[in-house]
Order: sequence, then structure tokens, then C-alpha cells
Amino acid sequence: MNITWPGFNVYAYTGGKTFNPEQPTVVFIHGVLCDHSVWVLQSRYLAHHGWNVLAIDLPGHARSQGTAAASVQEAADQIHAMLDAAGLAQVALVGHSWGSLIALETAARLKQRATHLALIGAAFPMPVAAPLLEASLADPHKAIAMINVFSRATLAAPPSAMGPGTWVHGASTALNRRVLASNREVNLLHRGFTACDNYDQGLQAMANLTCPVLFINGALDQMTPPKTTQALIEQGHQSGKKVSVDTVPMGHHQMNESPEETLQALRQFLR
Amino acid sequence: MPGYADPHFDTLSLHAGAGPDPATGARAVPIHLSTSFVFESSEHAASLFNLERAGHVYSRISNPTTAVFEQRIAALEGGIGAIATASGQAALHLSVATLMGAGSHIVSSSALYGGSHNLLHYTLRRFGIETTFVKPGDIAAWRAAIRPNTKLLFGESVGNPGLDVLDIPTISHIAHDHGVPLLVDATLSTPYLMKPLSLGADLVYHSATKFLSGHGTVIGGVVVDGGSFDWEASGKFPELSEPYEGFHNMVFTEESTVGAFLLRARREGLRDFGACLSPHSAWLILQGMETLSLRMDRHLANTEKVVAFLAAHPLVSRVGHPLMPDHPSHALAQKLLKGGARGAGSVFSFDIKGSRTQGRTFIEALKIFSHLANVGDSKSLVIHPASTTHFRMSDEALAQAGIGAGTIRLSVGLEDADDLIDDLKRALKAAEKAAEKTTPSQGAA
Repeated sequence: MNITWPGFNVYAYTGGKTFNPEQPTVVFIHGVLCDHSVWVLQSRYLAHHGWNVLAIDLPGHARSQGTAAASVQEAADQIHAMLDAAGLAQVALVGHSWGSLIALETAARLKQRATHLALIGAAFPMPVAAPLLEASLADPHKAIAMINVFSRATLAAPPSAMGPGTWVHGASTALNRRVLASNREVNLLHRGFTACDNYDQGLQAMANLTCPVLFINGALDQMTPPKTTQALIEQGHQSGKKVSVDTVPMGHHQMNESPEETLQALRQFLR
Repeated sequence: MPGYADPHFDTLSLHAGAGPDPATGARAVPIHLSTSFVFESSEHAASLFNLERAGHVYSRISNPTTAVFEQRIAALEGGIGAIATASGQAALHLSVATLMGAGSHIVSSSALYGGSHNLLHYTLRRFGIETTFVKPGDIAAWRAAIRPNTKLLFGESVGNPGLDVLDIPTISHIAHDHGVPLLVDATLSTPYLMKPLSLGADLVYHSATKFLSGHGTVIGGVVVDGGSFDWEASGKFPELSEPYEGFHNMVFTEESTVGAFLLRARREGLRDFGACLSPHSAWLILQGMETLSLRMDRHLANTEKVVAFLAAHPLVSRVGHPLMPDHPSHALAQKLLKGGARGAGSVFSFDIKGSRTQGRTFIEALKIFSHLANVGDSKSLVIHPASTTHFRMSDEALAQAGIGAGTIRLSVGLEDADDLIDDLKRALKAAEKAAEKTTPSQGAA
């Protein structure tokens, strides 16, 4: 479905179901150079099990119109406005990588409107290594190759988003290329990485949350290793939040290298 | 396998898609000879059927052993995933049937395996799909043949048996300019000698019966999606970009931005047409793939020696391998194939001077080369295409495919090259002697 904003549309995958106002809503927010399709298994499942699903393409990405946000805060403003435009009183938020920072910042702004926050492959701070940041500007396709090498944890992923026979590494690379090509005005890779690198409000956002938080870390994640979530987890504990941590046995492609474990963690959390 | 670089070809040939079996510790890929897989609950069953969860249900749709083969070939080709099929022909049919229906049109290279030519020219026409054949090197003809209802451009990476090398970068540009994908049959080149997806192709398929399995023991095929073609932007593929009533009105391009083709090919094509690969066959193909590069190097080394021998033999009028500087694809092969023209592979044709009787005598005198209808075996093979693999083709179509009445096709195997040359030498001698016995009425037909 498309959510109409003043002047443009944002695309949201609904898991094959129409919106039901009687049901709670969960919003999925993807990471850099990705789109809604990274969530297809988890979002389609939840859509058929009692949830309205909005797996969005961030503004300026893939099917969504609008301007790609240059900061986590700007992206959170966009999501906030989108939820208002859609008339959603309360939502659960799920984000991956860059999308986890956007979800965190959005949840902090929504306060009681946010019912749950699931952060997958999160880190704070989320610095981007200088060679990767430079490559994202000078040679985005080289940077895409680097991302996918660092994100992969296995050469033998279980059946994944496109079913058995999916080569997750190739699928992720192809998606990154497609999303990069979807915006001819903005280098989405460099803009997203810069936003991650510059974000410094994570601890404050965590302190401002009012909802429970789930971290889903990849045990073999080289992009955002589990230890890089510690600052957020400690802040959550210190500020009295209900924080839980789940670790899946893969890398940064949690949703596609560990689709079942990621789904089970989300199911438990969203009950 | 976390790391700092992409694994290389041989590592992927051995490891892509499979690690030690978590259930038993088996290091080799287990053969899952099970039609069906137990559901954890009714809810689990329903979610598998509705594509909310990924897993195996029934081996016509997917199977754990077959999935290893699919992941492995996708990794080697640089694709996003693959679907294994009962044969190479089934892979071609699945590709076509997923993308189009009656009223559609294909533009194809004329330099094709005879079976592919049959499917396109005769069988698909019966179902309302027309094909226009063009010489692979005639770039203007490719462009001119495209119609408003054209849905696919198709050719072989290295044409069988003339070894016309497909100019994939150029043909793919033409395809994309017209909003259609390029499908390449890469059977003869294998991913070791050429990666069509990296050159601009959108879909690649193999007869895995040939070099991938490599031992003449199994029939199988596979189609790989590069994930690069934008089906929605093209506007020509409602099969992928509009609700499909046959699967809960699923819109495949929404479900997967890059994998819509694979989703529909599996969920409709394997489900309804049913040309799936047996897990046992998948396992045999995997065994072959583990040594693909080693075998291909030996195939090429032997071929270079055999080509040099034949080119120097007085009874041979033509050797149709791009290693020959006068081969029409010599320059293109140098550019597009691993190692240059030698990378055009080990299946090629040559012409014997003289009569059909001499040609028959030659084939029957061979002792190491086996006279049969296959290529890409570890054992050397020989056949007379005009009377066998391509016999349903008209003279005109044969000429377009570069096949004459005296053309003989070799598939050079892994034996000692000196023994292969001795075998050819002896058979050519027999053919020479046959000329002495040939009466005028038997000559040059």
C-alpha cells in the first residue's frame, strides 16, 4: 500500500493483507541500501497472525518518493509524520542496522505511542570505518561488495526469503545495487552511512523510551558485533527499561541467514 | 563463514550451500530421499504453504539436497538463487513459461542445441509463443527482430556445435533497451569459463547433465536468476508484477524486489509443471561440481592439442574452434572467455574432406571416443550432428547453425591427449582408406 504524505507517497508492504483497524500495527524499518523486502518472511508471518504490517521503503528509497533523510533524526521525523498521516495511534517498531537507530529515535519521540521496540543488528555508536565510508562515496559498488562480505556469516544459509535455493550473499548484493540505482539524485549508500556515523543521540533516546526493548544480535556479526549494543543495553537497564536480548547464530543478515530464529524472537517479544 | 574477502571459485565449488550436516555430522552432502517433510504443527504447515516461513514441504517444490545444488550454482554464477530442474530442457521451458504465455514472442540465436531449437520453433509455437531466429553475430538482426510482444532474448554462451560466441554485453544492451531480459544457456562454458550475469545477462541456465556433473551419469538442469532485471519497470511482465490469482493474489515483485522470477518459477512452474530434479541426481551433480575447475582445465588442455592435430591433418577441411584465427568468434572468444579463445571449451566440430561414407567410417573406427548423443562427459565423445542431435532441422536451419553434412562434433574428455590423438589418427586413416574403396555412386553426396 502507499501512505500518502503531503506531496508524495511512501510505499509499505503489508504482508499480503489489508489494514484492519482492530489489530495492532508493527512498522518495519530497513537498513542502508535495503528496502521492505528484507523483512518479507517476518512481516508476512505477522501479517497473517494478528498484526497490521507496514514494512516501509524509506523516503527516497526503492518504491517510495520523497527525500532520503540525511540523519537519523530526520528519518525519525519522517516516520513520525508518516504514522500521523496514516492515523496510527500506537505502533510497534522493528528496525535493522541503520533502521534500528531510526526506530530507536522514532520510539523515543512517540513515547507511549510506541508499544514495542525491536532493534536488530543495532550498535551505538555506529561508526562506519573510514575505508568503507570513503568507498561509499568514491566507488559505491566496491563498498557494496565490502558490506556483503562483512555481513555474511555462512556459505550455507537455511531456506530464506525466496525459499530454498536462495544465495543470500548474491540476493543482498543485488538488492543493494537495485536500491542504489533507485535514486539518481542522492548517493543513498553514502548518505545512510554518514547518518549512522554522525548519530550521537542513542543513549538519550534510550533513556526517553517508555516501551519494552528487544535486541536481536548476530553472534557472528562483523558489521555490528554484539558488544556494540552494550552501551544501549546498559543505558536501558540504568533507566529502568524492560530490556531483553536474543542472539541468533549468524551475522548481519539476521532476517535472511537466520529467518526462523529472528521470527521466533520477534513473535515472543510481540505477544 | 565470516571473513575479509569473498571466497573464490574453487572454495565455492566445494562449500557453497552446505556445511557439515548439523543432525549427523556428515561432511558430505546428505541425500534427502524423502518426498515430504514433517510439519511441526498445523500452524507451521499453514505458514510454510503461505510463504510466511521458509522451509521444505514436498520435494517437487524443494528438497534439502537439491537446495544445496541451487545455492552452489547461484554462488558460482554470481546470482541470487536458482531452481533445479529435471533437465536442461526443463530449465529452458520453466524460464519461458514463467515469463510469458500465448501471444508472446522470443528472439533467439539460431546457433542452438537441436533440442532447444525444437522447443522454440515447433513446440512453443503450438502454445502460441513464436520465435524469430537470428544469426548470433548479426547484431542488427537482433534489434530488427524485436516486436512489441517480445518478452525474451535468448542464446547460448557458446553455440552448439559451431562455437559461435554470444556477444552478451551487446545483446543484453539491446534487450534492456527494449525492456526485456536476456536468457543465456551457459552449458558449454560453465561458470568456470564465463559468467554471463556479470556480462549483462539476466537469467542463465545449464544442462547440468554436461560439464557440471561431468561424468555422463545424470540428467539435470538449473536456471539461475541474476536479480538485476527490473520486471516491474519493464511493464511487460504482469505475470510477476500483478496479483497472481493462483497464489493468493501474491504480487511477486512486491514480495521480493530482486527475486520475483524465482518465486513464481518455483511456486507456479515447479508446482504445476512439475519438472523437478531428483535429490539423488542433485547429489551426483554436486559431486561433479566439486571438481569442476580441475576437470575444465584438463578438458581445455586436451582440446588445444586435439585442435592443433586436426588443423594440421590433410583430411580435415575445417576445425570449428575459436582457437583457430579464422573462426568467426575468435576475437569475441578472446574477449569474453576465461583464458581467451581456449576458454571456448572442449565441444567443437570439424569437417572431413570426402564422402559421407568416409565420415561414417571415421566415426566407426574410433576406439576411445564413444559414439553417442551427449557432451561434457569425462570420457571423449563423438557424433554426426546432421543425422542425430540436429536431424529435425531444415537444411537452411542447419546452415544457420553452422552444421554441414560432413560435420563431426567432438567432446574432448579427460583421457591422455596422446591417446586421443592416436585414436583420431587411426580413424582418419581408416577414412582415407574408405575413400579408396568408395565407388563414384557413393561419393560426395
